[in-house]
Amino acid sequence: MMKERLRRTMMFVPGNNPAMIKDAGIYGADSIMFDLEDAVSMTEKDSARMLVAQALQTIDYSETELVVRINDLHSEFGRADIFAMVKAGAHVLRLPKTEYPEDVVEVEAVITEAENYFKIPVGTTLMMAAIEGAAGVLNAPVIAKASDRLIGIAIGAEDYVTNMKTKRYPDGKELFFARSMIVHAARAAGISAFDTVYSDVDNMDGFLDEVRLIHQLGFDGKSCINPRQIPVVNSVFQPAVKEIQNALEVIAAIEEAKEKGSGVISLNGKMIDKPIVERAQRTLMLAKASQLIDEEGNIHA
Amino acid sequence: MKIAKTAIAGTLESSDVQIMIAPNTEGIEIDLDSQVIEQFGKQIKKVILETLHAYQITNAKIKVVDKGALDCVIIARLKTAIHRSLGIQHQETPWEGLTK
Repeated sequence: MMKERLRRTMMFVPGNNPAMIKDAGIYGADSIMFDLEDAVSMTEKDSARMLVAQALQTIDYSETELVVRINDLHSEFGRADIFAMVKAGAHVLRLPKTEYPEDVVEVEAVITEAENYFKIPVGTTLMMAAIEGAAGVLNAPVIAKASDRLIGIAIGAEDYVTNMKTKRYPDGKELFFARSMIVHAARAAGISAFDTVYSDVDNMDGFLDEVRLIHQLGFDGKSCINPRQIPVVNSVFQPAVKEIQNALEVIAAIEEAKEKGSGVISLNGKMIDKPIVERAQRTLMLAKASQLIDEEGNIHA
Repeated sequence: MKIAKTAIAGTLESSDVQIMIAPNTEGIEIDLDSQVIEQFGKQIKKVILETLHAYQITNAKIKVVDKGALDCVIIARLKTAIHRSLGIQHQETPWEGLTK
């Protein structure tokens, strides 16, 4: 599995629900997150762990990134979750309620132990950390750099607003600082930033507003709790035809300049520098994922 | 492995299966209830016998109420019931060699 890839949508699937696990791959989410933590009652932690482990080894989810949210390492379930998911081949383990970089380091040590035990190459299993409280938000920059296995960090808003003695409001102002911290910490560390879930699945207008906001802030994607939310996120993240055309021109210009051995690149009289090229590459990656262009760069919009 | 304690796993929701494992003195007895018994009865029993074999369980009563579960769900629920019966459900390394 790649550390760097498209992660617009991460769909949450309760770990003890066979019907939802069976169908999870058909909605086009970039990542599926099987939950062994909050979505599973204390008495069913073992059955959820076994069900997800068995499903991961059997069901073909194609190219989808497979993430498993494990229980706290210090609970009686944590180590068993890690061993089972490393053996089952989960691509990414998601740590709940991360507050300090040591939380990441401790889980990484157990993952390494499990990889050695099962003779899996060390470093195969990747990690992401969910930040769900004030301490975690303030420590986000060091958490994001705590392990080479980290592919991203996520904000978990429900626990966070409770910790902050507030609640969630429609405009999301209460989350502005936390979201900004998460996205900055992720960018400084060169990893992905994921936004929180939007719980009111019937309020699609509210959801759309929130997706536009987090897209504007620079997040890579959003956690989804209902398949209906996936196309909404994709539509916000899909680039406009004008942006795609511009990106194709930028890439063509740098390729031409490379052939000529020219150091300075310009397009329509404007200088093309590194950030512009990077933005163009990301635009084309999103356009391909949205099937707006083909491999040859022909626009189908 | 000897089954000395009755244990149950799974639910009666659609796509799931509920499996109870109990001690037995002579061999394996499977009591199967499924809406798709005509089409899948043989396959469900085969999956159960293979899983029991992997744990070297030779004496057990198995009660199965199937609600259209995939094979991987049947295996997962039976393994959970076995692990509960053996009291090893939260151990970190009963996974080696037990995965199909």
